[in-house]
Amino acid sequence: MGEEVKVFGYWASPYSYRAELALKLKGVSYEYINEDIFGNKSDLLLKYNPVHKKVPILLHNGKSIVESVVILEYIEETWKHNLYLPQDPYDKATARFWIKFIDEKCFPTLWLAAWSPENEREKVTNEACEYMKTLESALNGKKFFGGETIGMVDIVASSVGYFIRVTQEIMGLNLLSADKFPQLFQWSEDFANCSIVKESLPPRDKLLPFVKGLIAKYQQDNAKA
Amino acid sequence: MAGELVLLDFWPSPFGMRSRIALAEKGIPYEYREEDLRNKSDLLLQMNPVHKKIPVLIHNGKPVCESVIQVQYIDEVWHDKAPLIPSDPYQRAVARFWVDFIDKKIYELGSKIWKTKGEEQANAKKEFIECLKLLEGELGDKTYFGGESLGYVDVALVPFYSWFYAYEKCGDFSIEAECPKMIAWVKRCMQKESVAKSLPDQEKVYEFILQLKKVFGIE
Repeated sequence: MGEEVKVFGYWASPYSYRAELALKLKGVSYEYINEDIFGNKSDLLLKYNPVHKKVPILLHNGKSIVESVVILEYIEETWKHNLYLPQDPYDKATARFWIKFIDEKCFPTLWLAAWSPENEREKVTNEACEYMKTLESALNGKKFFGGETIGMVDIVASSVGYFIRVTQEIMGLNLLSADKFPQLFQWSEDFANCSIVKESLPPRDKLLPFVKGLIAKYQQDNAKA
Repeated sequence: MAGELVLLDFWPSPFGMRSRIALAEKGIPYEYREEDLRNKSDLLLQMNPVHKKIPVLIHNGKPVCESVIQVQYIDEVWHDKAPLIPSDPYQRAVARFWVDFIDKKIYELGSKIWKTKGEEQANAKKEFIECLKLLEGELGDKTYFGGESLGYVDVALVPFYSWFYAYEKCGDFSIEAECPKMIAWVKRCMQKESVAKSLPDQEKVYEFILQLKKVFGIE
């Protein structure tokens, strides 16, 4: 039975990356369509995500699912092998808690710390460090947030573990350092070294100039405001 | 299975109301504990050290934080009674999408309506109505977002109704005039004991907002 699975994404989007990694972990073949999100969004994108008009979009047998975390939950429930969420309701609730924490606190603050003007940067950086310390506590001596293998929290934390690390390199920041956050740093190394993770990560040499440009744009827009 | 269940909550919190409704829908007994947010209890700080916020659902001594996570947890543990979340993965994704939409938009826009004035307030009102209209579109001709019975989206959205009167007074507009279908849906929800008992009186909420405005020095 042919299953149509498509991902509308953007090569540099950390959110898009989550959907692809999840499908790869489940061994599901899919067609990837890169959207020109900074230029011209396609009619299909606007059709499949009329409310937010964003990527990623997962299209499964003609039905669209949007918002990266919603997509991850859908993938988990549809392809019920290589599970990446715990089965126990309490452990599942804990995983969901950390996912929300990463998306509402960690990731946005770390990104803000990257492009904030000098005079605001220290405050935001301190806040980001507090969040990283808290996130590190969730690892609790495990190799991955999911335990011995990659779980949904790891998939979402890729935004911090890879994309933020690249961003830091550009800005000469050293937030996620081995001495400040040894466990989290080790986790990001272990995570990035997994072959399945590497397969769809945007290459550093392409991502660096892209993020540099994006940061410059954010700084420009902020200066005008 | 029920064990010991405690909900740390604050009476006007729409987030706390979600868990109250979910537990009531399933007929699950629990202890409700009112928190004074200016003087948070040791238990709250211990059970939610990361955010120090309500609601916190404590089940057999273990905390579940964040209202949407609590509702999902309640639905999973007491899955045989009044299911809130659809069983089909696609329907679940649709429900999660709208709950995420509500979480991203409704509270923040509502807050802007009572906290701000002038252009900022006008923009917030406009966007707030647009969001409600989108939700009306999703509801369509259904009795509830969940179909014939209350679902995840209903539970996530209906608590904000208790704040509508406050938004209307502060923003000088009528939500019913702009979104009659939404209010019709609210009234159907309020017929349910689980909802009616979980939502505070709108006038009380308005008085609370007026107090907050004084405290924050907002006109």
